[in-house]
Amino acid sequence: MKPFFPTFDYTDVFIAPWATTNDFIWNGQIILMGFLVSLSCGLIGTFIVLRKLALMGDAISHSILPGLVAGIIIFQSKAIVPMFIGACFAGLFCSFCIEWLQTKTPLKPDAALGLTFTSFFALGVLAVSQMGHHIHIDAECLLYGEIGMIPLLENISVGSVSFGPYPIGIMVIISIIIILMLIIFYRQLLVTSFDQALSISLGFPLKKIHYALMTLLALTIVSAFEAVGVILVVAMLVFPSTTASFFFTRIPAILIFTFPLSIIYSVGGFFLARWMDCSIAGAMVVVAVLCFLSAWIITARMNFFSNLLPSKN
Amino acid sequence: MKKYVCLGVILLFILITQFLHAQEIHQSSDLYDKTIQFFSFKEKSVRVVITGIVLMGCGCGLMGGFVVTRKLSLFGDTLSHAVLPGVAVGFIWSQSKNSVGIIIGAMIAGFIGVFLISLIRKTTRIHLDSALGLVLSGLYAIGICLLTRIQKLDYGNQSGIDHYLFGQIAGLSSADTMIIGLSTILTALFILILYKEMLITGFDQAFASSIGLPIDLLQYILWTLLAFTVITSLQIVGIILVSALLIIPAATSSLITQRMGSLLICSALFGIIAGLSGCYLSFLGNHLPTGPLIVLSSTSIFLFVLFLNPKNGVLFEKLNFMKNKQKVLIENTLKAIYQELEKKDFTQDQISLNELAKRRRRSVAEVQKETDILVKKEYIHIFKKKSPKLPGESTICLTPSGWSEACRIVRNHRLWELYLTNQAQYAPDHVHEDAEKIEHILGNETVRQIEKILSNPRKDPHGKLIPSQFDIDRGYINLNSK
Repeated sequence: MKPFFPTFDYTDVFIAPWATTNDFIWNGQIILMGFLVSLSCGLIGTFIVLRKLALMGDAISHSILPGLVAGIIIFQSKAIVPMFIGACFAGLFCSFCIEWLQTKTPLKPDAALGLTFTSFFALGVLAVSQMGHHIHIDAECLLYGEIGMIPLLENISVGSVSFGPYPIGIMVIISIIIILMLIIFYRQLLVTSFDQALSISLGFPLKKIHYALMTLLALTIVSAFEAVGVILVVAMLVFPSTTASFFFTRIPAILIFTFPLSIIYSVGGFFLARWMDCSIAGAMVVVAVLCFLSAWIITARMNFFSNLLPSKN
Repeated sequence: MKKYVCLGVILLFILITQFLHAQEIHQSSDLYDKTIQFFSFKEKSVRVVITGIVLMGCGCGLMGGFVVTRKLSLFGDTLSHAVLPGVAVGFIWSQSKNSVGIIIGAMIAGFIGVFLISLIRKTTRIHLDSALGLVLSGLYAIGICLLTRIQKLDYGNQSGIDHYLFGQIAGLSSADTMIIGLSTILTALFILILYKEMLITGFDQAFASSIGLPIDLLQYILWTLLAFTVITSLQIVGIILVSALLIIPAATSSLITQRMGSLLICSALFGIIAGLSGCYLSFLGNHLPTGPLIVLSSTSIFLFVLFLNPKNGVLFEKLNFMKNKQKVLIENTLKAIYQELEKKDFTQDQISLNELAKRRRRSVAEVQKETDILVKKEYIHIFKKKSPKLPGESTICLTPSGWSEACRIVRNHRLWELYLTNQAQYAPDHVHEDAEKIEHILGNETVRQIEKILSNPRKDPHGKLIPSQFDIDRGYINLNSK
C-alpha cells in the first residue's frame, strides 16, 4: 500500500511538468485557468465580501445545478451556450426567491437562504442522477471540479488558428468584463457598498447596481464552476479579499493584491496537487487557506510586537 | 384545533403527491407490491432503513427548532461542510468505513470549525458571513484534497467514503441506526431536561445571565449535540444536504406556530414525514438518490404550508387583501352617496352619477364600475336614463341595506373624529385623515364604547349630524323635524 504522503521528488514535481512542449501547453493551460478563475472571483468577491453577501455567492453557486440540467434538456444539446443560459437563469431565480422569502414572509433571513439553495441543489442532484447517461457531468465532479480535464475539451478556433479550450476563452472574456466594469463603475460600487444613504443622495440607482452585481456574480460562478466545482467557488470569492484585508484597508490596494494572490493560488495549487496526486481545485484552495493563515499570524504577530513597544503618546 | 386540521391536510397532500409521482415511475401493480413491501416491515433491511430515517428526521427536526430560532441556519451549513476533513482523516485512521473512527474524526473537525469561526470573529474585523464562508470552503477543500488522495490509494474497502458527499441509504447498517438513535435520544433528553433554560437563553440572553444561567456552557452543549446530529445524519442525506434537514422542517413549523414547544413537535413531525416520504420514493424508483428526495419532500411540505396555510399563507393573505380592498372601495362609495344626499339636506332620495363622480374625484366611467359592484351587492338601485350617451345622468338611490351600511360608515367616521378632538386633544382639522383609515376597521363593540365615552353625541367636530341608530332603523333622516 502506498503511504498517505508520497515522497517529495523535486524533479517530478517542478521539472517534469515542463519537460516537453505538449506537457508545457497542457499544464500551462491548467495554471492559466486557475489564475483566471481566482482572479475574476477574487475581484468580484471583494465587493461581495464588503456587502456581506458571501453566503449569497454560496447559495448561487449551489443553485445553478438544476439550471444546467434544464438547459441541456430544453435545448437537447451539451453545447456551452444552453448550459450557460440555464445556469445563469437558475442562479438569478434563486437569488430572487431568497429575496422574496426574506422580505415577504416571516422567515428568518438566514433560514430563507439556507432553505432555498439546499432545495435547488437537491433538485439538481436528483436531475443529474436521472440524466446521468445523457450528460457528461457526474455528481462528484460538481463538488470539486475538473480543472485537470480542461485541456481535453474542444478548442475555440477561428479558421486554422486555435485559441485554446473554450472554458479558458470564456474565463478570459469574463475577466475582461469584470475588470472593465470595476474600472467604469468603481465609484458607484464603492459608495453603494459603504454608505447607502450617501449613494441615494448622490442619485446612484441602488437596486440596479445590486442586480447588476448579482448578474455579474452569477456569470462568474457559472463560468468558473466547471473548473473548481460549486463549493470551492465560494473559497475563490472570499479568500483573496479577506487575505488582502489583513495588510490593506484601501479597496484599490486590495483589488490589485488579488493579482499576485491569484498567481500564488494557481501555481502553488498546481504543484501541491502534483505532489499529493489529488484534486487541483482542492489544492488551490488549500494554498489559499495557507496564505490566509500566514497573513493572519503575521499581522497578529506584528500587532503583538507593536503593542510591546512603548506607545507614541 | 386549526393546527391539527392543517397537519391532517398536509399529510393528505403528501400522500396524494407521492401517489401521483409514484405512478409516473412504475406501473400500478408494481407500485402496489412495493408499497406493501415498504410498509409491512417484513424485510430486515427495510426495517433498519425506516427506523434510521424516522430517528434521523425526528432528531434533525428537534435540533432544527433551535437552529432556526437562534439564527444558526448557516452555522449548521458550515458545520456540515467542515466535518469533511474529519471524515477523511477518520477513514485513514481506521482504514475502513468504520463508523466510530469517522464519527470521532468528524466531531474533532466540527469543533475545529466552530473554534476557527469564533477565533476569526474575535481577532479580526471580518464579518460573520465571510468568516462562515472562509471556514466552510477552506475546511471543505482540505477534505476534498484528502478524499481525492484516498481514492488514489488502494485501501481495501473505500467504496463507502464518497457516500458521505450525497448520502447512500442502502449501506445503512443496524449499528449506524443505533448511533442515529443514540443521538436522537440524547437530543430529546437534553430538550426535556433543559427546555426552560434553552428557551430563556435563546430568546433573552440578558435576562438569562441575570438569573445566573451558564449561557456559554448551554451553548457548547447545543453545538456538541448539533455536531453529533449532523454527523450521524451524513450517511443518509450527505454533507451538503444535511443542513436542509435542519432548516426546512423547522422553518415550515415556524410558519404555523409561535410557541417553542409546538414548534419543536411540529418540526420533528415534518422531519419524520419528509424522511419517510423521501425514502419511500427512492425505494419505488431504483436509481433515485435518497438524500435529495428527502430534501425535496420537505421543501414541498414547506411550499404547501407557505401558500395554503389558512392563518397566514401567502395565497390567503392575497385573497384577504383583495377582499379588504373591495370592502374599502364599497364603503367609500356608500359614504360618498350619503354625503351627496346630506348636501341636499336629505330632501331628495336620488343622486346622479355625475354628482357621485364629482364627490369621488373619479371619472364617470370609473364610478360606473364601482356602482356596478354595489348593485350586485344590492346596496343601491340604479335608474338608467334612456339615452346611453349620457351615462352620468343616470340616478341612483340607496336600498334599506345600503342606507344602513352608509349610515354605519359615516357614523364610524364622525364618531372617531369627535373622539380624537374630545379625548385625544387633536385639532378639528387634523382628524379627517385618521378617521378615513379607521372607519373601515371599527367593530360594533368599539363603536358602543366610543358612544358611551362621548355620551351619545349628535354632532361631529365639523358640526355635521352623526346618524344615530334610530335614523338607521327608520331608513331616512328628516332634518326639519328635529
